[in-house]
Amino acid sequence: MKNQDLYKYVLGVADNSLILGQRLGELCGHGPNLETDIALTNIALDLFGQTRSYYQYAAKLEGNGKTEDDVAMLRLERDYKNVLLVEQPNTHFGHVIARQYLFDVFHYQLMTALLNSNDETLAAIAAKSIKEVSYHKRFSGDWLKRLGDGTEESHEKMQEAIDHYWPYTDELFDMTESDVKMAAEGIGVDVSEFKESYYKEVSDLLEEATLEVPANPYFKKGGKEGIHSEHMGYILTELQYMQRTYPNMTW
Amino acid sequence: MSEKEIKNLEEIFEARIARDDKIEPKDWMPEKYRKTHIRQISQHAHSEVVGMLPEGNWITRAPSLRRKAALLAKVQDEGGHGLYLYSAAETLGISREEMYEQLHSGKAKYSSIFNYPSITWADIGAIGWLVDGAAIINQVALCGTSFGPYARAMVRICKEESFHQRQGYEIMLTLSRGTEEQKAMAQDALNRWWWPSLMMFGPRDEDSPHTAQSMKWKLKRKTNDELRQQFVDQTVPQADILGISVPDPDLKFNSETGHYEFGEINWDEFWQVVKGHGPCNKERMEARVGAWEGGAWVRDAAMAYAEKQEKRKVAKAS
Repeated sequence: MKNQDLYKYVLGVADNSLILGQRLGELCGHGPNLETDIALTNIALDLFGQTRSYYQYAAKLEGNGKTEDDVAMLRLERDYKNVLLVEQPNTHFGHVIARQYLFDVFHYQLMTALLNSNDETLAAIAAKSIKEVSYHKRFSGDWLKRLGDGTEESHEKMQEAIDHYWPYTDELFDMTESDVKMAAEGIGVDVSEFKESYYKEVSDLLEEATLEVPANPYFKKGGKEGIHSEHMGYILTELQYMQRTYPNMTW
Repeated sequence: MSEKEIKNLEEIFEARIARDDKIEPKDWMPEKYRKTHIRQISQHAHSEVVGMLPEGNWITRAPSLRRKAALLAKVQDEGGHGLYLYSAAETLGISREEMYEQLHSGKAKYSSIFNYPSITWADIGAIGWLVDGAAIINQVALCGTSFGPYARAMVRICKEESFHQRQGYEIMLTLSRGTEEQKAMAQDALNRWWWPSLMMFGPRDEDSPHTAQSMKWKLKRKTNDELRQQFVDQTVPQADILGISVPDPDLKFNSETGHYEFGEINWDEFWQVVKGHGPCNKERMEARVGAWEGGAWVRDAAMAYAEKQEKRKVAKAS
C-alpha cells in the first residue's frame, strides 16, 4: 500500500462510526418511546453512511480489489482503531445518551477541523457528515439536559452514566503515530488542539443539566492502538458473522 | 340528541360515504364507525411497531454495509409509519398511552406475521418481498378509505412500503443468483414465510365478522379472500423469476379463471398465533412491554424537565 498512514488514519476516524452504529443498531425497537427509537435509528444510519464513505476510500487506498465490506468486516479485533468509548454497552438509556453526547461533541469538533483537510475526499466526507453530527449533538445534548434536570431518579442515573463514561474521554485526544504524521501533512487533524474546548463545552452542558463534572483523573485507553475492551469481540462476532460464515459472496 | 336527530345524522353520514366524501375528525360519525376505526388504525400502528423487532433482529448481523444501511432505513420508516398511524387514531379521541395499554394487555392485536422468527438473513428478504407485498395489497385498498386521516396516512405509507418491497425482492434476487448455499437459504425462507404471508389477509370471508360493515364504510374495498387471491396471483410469477418454488403442492394456474388455485391454509395455526400462542408472541410482547416499562423513567424525566422549563419561562416573563 502506498499510503499506509493515510489508510490507518481513515480507519481511525471511520471505526468509531462503525462501532457506535453497531451499538445503536442493537436498540432498534427497544427505546423508551417511538420518537427516540426513530432518532437513534436515524443516528445509526447516519453513522453507517459515513462509515461507508470512509471505507470505500480506505478500500481504494488498500487496492487489490478490496471493498468497503472487507474493510468493515474482515479485519481482526486488534486491527480496529475505534476508541473504547464507542464500544461500551447500551446499559440503559442514560448510558446511551452519555456515550453519545461525549462522542458527539468530539465528533463535531473533529469534522469541523477535517473540513480543512488537504485530502479532498476526507474534506468532502466531513462536509457531508458535519450536518448529521450537529443533529446528533443536539439530540444527545437535549436528552442529557432532560435526564439530568428531570426527576431525581433520572438525575441519579444520568450522573452515574456520566461518571461511568468519563474515564473514556481522554482517549479521544490521543494521537497515534499515523495521526501525528497525517496531521503534520495537513491531511489529518491534531485532536489534542481541541481538548480544552471539548472539556469546556461538555462541562458547560453538564452544569446546565445540573450534573457534576467528574473529578476522576484516571483514564482508560487502548482502542486506538487496537487494544480493546472485552466487549469488542462480541460486537465483531455479530458484525462479521455473515461474511465469515459465507466468504466471498455477494449479498 | 333525539333519536330522530341521530337518525338524520346517520343518513347524512351514509350519504357522504356513498358520495366518497372523506370523513374528518370533527365530523359527526356513528359511534361504531369511530370504534372500528380506532381498532383498525391502532392495530395497524401496533403492527408497524412490533414489526420493527423481527427485522431489527438482523441489523447488527446484516451481511454488507449497504444492506445494513437499507435495513436501518426501513426499520426507521416503520417507526415513522407507526407515528403517522397513532396520530391518525388519536384524531378519533384515544391517546397513544391508551393504545399502548391495549397492546400490552393483549386487548389490541397486531399483525400475526410478526410472531414468526427471522432466523436467517434471507428472512429479511422474504419479509420485504412477501410481508410488505401483502401489506401493500391491503394498504393500497385503504388509500381510498372513507376516514380522511387514515386514507392520507396510507398514501404516504404506501410509497415507502413499495420501496421496501422492492428492496426485499432484490435481496431474494441476489440470493437466488448467488451460490448454492444462498439459493437454499432463499428457498428455506420462502418455505417458512409463504403461508404466514397468506394468513396476513385474515380469516376466510365466511369467518370474518367485520367484513360486511367494513365494506360498507369503504374501510375494505375487497374481501379477505379476494385480496389473498390477488396476492397469490401477483407473487407466484415473482417466485418463478427467482427460480424458487412456492411450498404448496396444490398450487396451479387455472387458465379459465386466469387465477392461481392454491391449497388450504392451516387455520389451526392461524388461530393459534392470533390467540397469542405463535412462535414469538411472547417474546414480541416481552420486548414491547420491556421497552415501555424500562423507559418509564425516561419519559417521566422528559415531562418533569418540560414542566420546569415552562415554569422558568413563566417566572422570567413575570
